[in-house]
Amino acid sequence: MKRQKQKQLLGIAALIIAAAIWQFVAEYVVGRSFILPSVTDVAVAFVNLLASGTLLIDIGVSFKHFGIGILAAIFLGVPVGILMGWFRVADSLLDPIIEILRPIPPLAWIPFAIIWFGLTAAAAGFVIFVGAFFPILTATYTAFRSVPKIYVEAGKVLGCDTSFELIRHVALPSAIPSIASGIRISMGVGWMCLVAAEMFGVSRNGLGYQLWHNYYLHQMPEVVVYMLILGFAGLIIDHIFRHYVDQRLLRWHEGEVAS
Amino acid sequence: MSGVIVENLSKAFPKEDGDVIWALKDINLEIRDEEFVCLVGPSGCGKTTLLRIIAGLESPTTGRVIVDGNVVTGPDPRRGMVFQEYSLFPWQKVIDNIAFGLEMRGVGKEERRRIGERYLEMVGLSQFRDAYPYELSGGMRQRVAIARALANDPDVLLMDEPFGALDAQTRNRMQGELLSIWEQTKKTILFVTHSVDEAVYLSDRIVVLTPRPGSVREIVEIPWPRPRDRTSIEFADVRRKVLRMIEDTENSR
Repeated sequence: MKRQKQKQLLGIAALIIAAAIWQFVAEYVVGRSFILPSVTDVAVAFVNLLASGTLLIDIGVSFKHFGIGILAAIFLGVPVGILMGWFRVADSLLDPIIEILRPIPPLAWIPFAIIWFGLTAAAAGFVIFVGAFFPILTATYTAFRSVPKIYVEAGKVLGCDTSFELIRHVALPSAIPSIASGIRISMGVGWMCLVAAEMFGVSRNGLGYQLWHNYYLHQMPEVVVYMLILGFAGLIIDHIFRHYVDQRLLRWHEGEVAS
Repeated sequence: MSGVIVENLSKAFPKEDGDVIWALKDINLEIRDEEFVCLVGPSGCGKTTLLRIIAGLESPTTGRVIVDGNVVTGPDPRRGMVFQEYSLFPWQKVIDNIAFGLEMRGVGKEERRRIGERYLEMVGLSQFRDAYPYELSGGMRQRVAIARALANDPDVLLMDEPFGALDAQTRNRMQGELLSIWEQTKKTILFVTHSVDEAVYLSDRIVVLTPRPGSVREIVEIPWPRPRDRTSIEFADVRRKVLRMIEDTENSR
């Protein structure tokens, strides 16, 4: 307990020192807010953005784009992963296609995102979807490939007659921890794609959009605010998701693994 | 009537070079209703394979298995199975594990819980109703596995070295508990073990298999009442006899 407290104090101290050095360098060494905005510049920009209400709208819009992409990735990635992991034929059929599509960077899809969806939230969602889809697919596939045989056999002798029943009642619950960690990874990737997905003007708001917009206006303190908010929001999404999964879905799993 | 009849059963496994290995050869066996039969034999004699074929988890190369007048073609909840490995679903609470088979049959939630609780009580774990499998000891897990198999009210209970991973003390206690469950439920039990002591303590008849390819070498009747005294002279005699059979077959290879 004491150790932990000490660690926390050290962490806070380090942050303060880093901020102080940043402030000093920005003000006395660089001296130009355009090259390196100081801590106080950024703080002022933050307060202004918050007071005007745009920041909250930006966060809302970004979460909408992000939500569209992640939900689409889950609703497509999990079933396809299940099919490929459970049925050999589906694996043989889909694997070559997946292997060709997977290495294409999500941002390379931006032209087609615009052509297919126009300058809409769906276009931004699509780019995020492309980034998030593959980690979910791979995690689901791998998890279904490694369902312990003993559980499948137990399911069979207890009355699971069809593949559907075995998937629904045995394989899926057994795979949930891996699928959850795949979703977590995909949320990280999806969040990274957000800035680029909002870059091409699908909306007048959004964290990624504002980052570029303020850059064009040469308002660099605002750019830093959006950078920090992007990082912080990503962190919070990750924590909320992990908390939810650990509490609700994976109570049983905790006891099964070395922690 | 829930006897098990094994007719001219053989099982071959393909080898990598295209050849086959015969695991079981010409097994003929008849297990009567409500009988407790143990399968013993040297390791690798195919006793687990035989049990898995009866369960429907593997198919015979030749011959067939008839349970209750029906030829076995695949797994069926009427043949309950308790595995050697811990096979409880770790994502389900104990009570839901026991009720799993009932859920698959479409039994309603209330009814499921009621039946589940009865079997939970039979294996003496009522206070662990809402625990997860990882919270249980090895012996408790196997007791839940037995309750889970029984909750389906199977005709036959197939047990594949269910106590193999337990320490000697727990094992002896589990044997006693299994006998009392058997007396309450009157199931036909086919029990694979590598412990001759366990076989003599539990069974009406012991089926001794030969080494690979496994076939029935001898069937030893044990007509004594239960509970049996492991330290008695007759007990030791039968144990010695069966052990010698297993050793002989091993040496004659």
